[in-house]
Amino acid sequence: MAVIFYISSAVAILSTVMVITRMNAVHALLYLIVSLLSVAVIFFTLGAPFIAALEVIIYAGAIMVLFVFVMMMLNMGTKAAEQERKWINPRMYVGPAILAAILGVELVYMLASGSNRAAGFEMIGPKAVGISLYSSYIIGLELAGMLLLAGLVGAFHLGRQDKD
Amino acid sequence: MFELNWSALIAIGVLLGVFTLAPGLIWLERRLLALWQDRYGPNRVGPFGIFQVLADMIKIFFKEDWIPPFADKFVFFIAPGIIMLTVLMSFAVIPVAPGVGVMDINVGVLFFLAMSSLGAYSVVLGGWSSNNKYSLLGGLRAASQMISYEVFMGLSLLGVVAMAGSFNLREIVNAQAGMWNIVPQFFGFVVFMVAGLAEMHRIPFDIPEAESELVAGFHSEYSGMKFGMFFVGEYVGIVLISAVITTFFLGGWHGPFLPPMVWFFLKMFVFICFFILLRASLPRPRFDQLMTWGWKLMLPLAILNLAVTGAVLVAVNQGH
Repeated sequence: MAVIFYISSAVAILSTVMVITRMNAVHALLYLIVSLLSVAVIFFTLGAPFIAALEVIIYAGAIMVLFVFVMMMLNMGTKAAEQERKWINPRMYVGPAILAAILGVELVYMLASGSNRAAGFEMIGPKAVGISLYSSYIIGLELAGMLLLAGLVGAFHLGRQDKD
Repeated sequence: MFELNWSALIAIGVLLGVFTLAPGLIWLERRLLALWQDRYGPNRVGPFGIFQVLADMIKIFFKEDWIPPFADKFVFFIAPGIIMLTVLMSFAVIPVAPGVGVMDINVGVLFFLAMSSLGAYSVVLGGWSSNNKYSLLGGLRAASQMISYEVFMGLSLLGVVAMAGSFNLREIVNAQAGMWNIVPQFFGFVVFMVAGLAEMHRIPFDIPEAESELVAGFHSEYSGMKFGMFFVGEYVGIVLISAVITTFFLGGWHGPFLPPMVWFFLKMFVFICFFILLRASLPRPRFDQLMTWGWKLMLPLAILNLAVTGAVLVAVNQGH
């Protein structure tokens, strides 16, 4: 399992780098999908098959399809890629690089201080996820539900056509 | 080691079975359609025209595999592969008979849903990469159709999951030993069947490729074996949906007298013929009708079915 974990982690990192460096938006999205799929494999190797399946269904299967849908509506051609190329210059990378470096230092510190534990000792099935969602995390779940409902009502309001 | 070999053998068996079933299905569909439309259908090549598919396959293999110069070559190339991959992967979780099946995982239902939602990319990317307005329209329609129908495809299965108490397909089949799910979950069955048809964008829901308005929709620019992969993918999809309906709603391999595997294939075959009959008899709806119908009828029906199933299950469990 450890080998699979490292391979899928490497794929996740590589594909995420490709997401950032692609000029064509649809190609970038395709790499993002690959990245999400490899994260799903990581979840699976860590003993969370339910989360792995949800990652594929919701992120890779639904949200990314919507992204692609919007891309298709905009139908950006070579002109957009050219514009992208002009926008991204090396100076753009300074800010994110500093933030990422802070995270990297934190990670190294955590590893060095020895307070790290290996994950994935037990298999968490769908039932266990459901029980903890509807008992200890019920407030978070309801709040998320309300947020989504508000979004739904808002989208309906924006998309409604006045019949007059 | 023996375990590994056994499951590898089953995997190869399933693969070969699917790949012989799909071309057979093309012949069967053409003959059955002809029968229902009062004509002959292919009857020249071999007995009953059964080698017609073989002849067509040889022809399609030797056709020029042309990629249009204006297409996005990389995406154009991978799009037909995605549908074959996802549909074939879905067969991995389907239990054909006790002990016969490729994978036995405890999130089987979710695996199937995940694969069917990834399958949407094939059509959407195929339509986008062709760089042709008709293909693009087909791809757009496919994206919104598949996203919408995915929602209640999942919801309609939750009643079955709640009754079996598991996401494992084997346990779902075993939970139907007394009564098939089609009786207590009839509305779930109806919603799932419609959603399954729409997911496989099969007539009457073949709006992404509506040839009367969009040339051939998302695969207008495809030729040769790349088109063949879309085409065969659709037929393998029909086999898949029939197999999944059999598993979820018709008790899988359960049945008297005959061996389990025969029952499974018999039920699956009935559904395949039913889908062909649908193609022969139903016209294609308009796109907005499809969406309205989905969100305003199928979604409430699926939610209602789930709520009632949950309430009944809670009431029954409290009685004990």
